[in-house]
Amino acid sequence: MNKELICIVCPNGCRLTVDENLNVIGNKCPRGATYAKQELTNPTRVLTSTVKIESKELGVLPVKTANPIPKGKLFDAMKVVNSIKVKAPVELGQVIYKDICGTGVDLVACRTIKE
Amino acid sequence: MLNKDLVIIGGGSAGMAAACSAYDNGLRDILILEKGPFLGGILNQCIHNGFGLEYFKEELTGPEFLTRFVKETEKRGIEYKLNSFVTGISPDKVVTYTNGEEGYVEVKAKAIVMAAGCYERNAGAIGIPGDRPAGVITAGQAQLYLNEYGYMVGKRVFILGSGDIGLIMARRMSLEGAKVLGVAEIMPYSNGLNRNIVQCLQDYDIPLYLSHTVSKVVGKGKLERIEISKVDEKMQAIPDTEISFDVDTLLLSIGLIPNNALLDNMGAAKSSTRGSSVNEHMETSIEGVFSCGNVLHVHDLVDKVVQEAAVAGKSAALYVQGKLPTHEEVINCVNGEGIGYVVPSRIDLDNAEDNIELKFRVRKPTKNCDIYVEYNGEVIKKAYKNVIIPSEMEIMKLPKNLLVSGNGTLSVSLKVREAK
Ligand SMILES: Cc1cc2nc3c(=O)[nH]c(=O)nc-3n(C[C@H](O)[C@H](O)[C@H](O)COP(=O)(O)OP(=O)(O)OC[C@H]3O[C@@H](n4cnc5c(N)ncnc54)[C@H](O)[C@@H]3O)c2cc1C
Ligand code: SF4
Repeated sequence: MNKELICIVCPNGCRLTVDENLNVIGNKCPRGATYAKQELTNPTRVLTSTVKIESKELGVLPVKTANPIPKGKLFDAMKVVNSIKVKAPVELGQVIYKDICGTGVDLVACRTIKE
Repeated sequence: MLNKDLVIIGGGSAGMAAACSAYDNGLRDILILEKGPFLGGILNQCIHNGFGLEYFKEELTGPEFLTRFVKETEKRGIEYKLNSFVTGISPDKVVTYTNGEEGYVEVKAKAIVMAAGCYERNAGAIGIPGDRPAGVITAGQAQLYLNEYGYMVGKRVFILGSGDIGLIMARRMSLEGAKVLGVAEIMPYSNGLNRNIVQCLQDYDIPLYLSHTVSKVVGKGKLERIEISKVDEKMQAIPDTEISFDVDTLLLSIGLIPNNALLDNMGAAKSSTRGSSVNEHMETSIEGVFSCGNVLHVHDLVDKVVQEAAVAGKSAALYVQGKLPTHEEVINCVNGEGIGYVVPSRIDLDNAEDNIELKFRVRKPTKNCDIYVEYNGEVIKKAYKNVIIPSEMEIMKLPKNLLVSGNGTLSVSLKVREAK
């Protein structure tokens, strides 16, 4: 049975078809094939959210997982994210939380907040 | 009165990219005016990822993408003023702005780049029947509250319109613990990017009701309940198809409109995008006034915004340096059958680069079709499309040598192939 998928790696949103042997067609670039195989075996997502920050500039700091994490762990990771509070200053790319939910992936800051 | 070579209105991705490009083409006396507290515009609240894949070959979040452009802007020492709201532009290019420190200020500019972005259509624009309770807000407003202030607008949410902001907010609010009960779209197809249907709705089991609209809003003071109905071909609600949802929030994601009042008031000619009409240099009908980004036509990809803005910035620099001559003869670009709009509206062939970029959107999703480019009635280019959808802007490169100088008309249209 062939499976139809939409590649979510970039906004092109290529329409992919995958057969039983995980051969992929319809992808405009190699990342689409990698995505389709991953999606059918162990789907993962990058989590983007915010954490509370004590700052004069903003109420919250945007953060993301430095790499995709298993889809099934998104809500557990959100519990951790919502328990975090940081203080300015924060640098872009700074690790805010290490190894979230045993995924081996760190949560990092997505912007610099000076004060 | 202050004098500047170039004044840029709006410090979003378009404004910053235009400024950097003008600088790289030799201008130094540049001023960016931004009404908000940060550079970066809408990207400040777009904390999701999906930005910059084309431009930086990396997937970035909105704040990461804007940070790179702020660095580029600051590295060049380009002057910008925050919390500075532009209130008007006179026909002789005097820009008036106001801020807390300086009060009202007038700047005389040799050239202007308009980069003021777009705004969201609101409830008033569509007239939903029923009460007018609190709890009905635009998706972008909810996104701003949540992503910049950390404030959730509600717990039980329904979304009207399948635009990208609504889809992104469906996922964002689900992750924050809200129950998103569904998304209703009046058209028989979604208006958001396909990838957002997958990763924002399907991932969270949020139903998408196509050919449905909100037919009733109920609530005394605060929103309590909404009803949706199926619509017929004329977009009218069909009786007895109502589904009721108990919600405290209705998010509207029903379209974006270029925030172009300043240029409209200056008398710049309009185009079918609701922005100004521009030539291939992004110059409006007013000499030395350029437009780019969402204020010109609503983009889905920031990568395309910064490319377009770079053209506007370069053109503005050439104009100030007296290197952008104007010609009487122009080719008019029009949208033919099946096409919503074409940018640019005019091509000045003598000044054009070797390849002219035509940007357009189709009116509705179409399979197995050809895009035709005709010049004075003759087909000069044809491209086959397996699938083409309105939510994705198309770009077609047209070699200049396919056109001949003069006052011609170029039209882009779509024709479906006969099934074999
Ligand atoms: C919710 C959402 C999600 C998106 N998701 C993606 C995505 O995943 N990937 C992607 O590539 N693209 C995405 N885009 C598209 C892209 O990011 C935007 O189209 C782009 O950032 C727009 O840039 P801009 O500079 O034209 O407008 P804006 O960023 O809106 O900037 C306009 C600026 O002008 C200022 N301004 C307005 N009026 C005045 C005035 N009178 N005086 C002074 N300043 C003024 C505003 O404050 C604002 O800062 C998304 C867009 C939105 C809205
Ligand atoms: S296959 Fe490549 S081009 Fe197509 S959506 Fe995926 S990443 Fe983008």
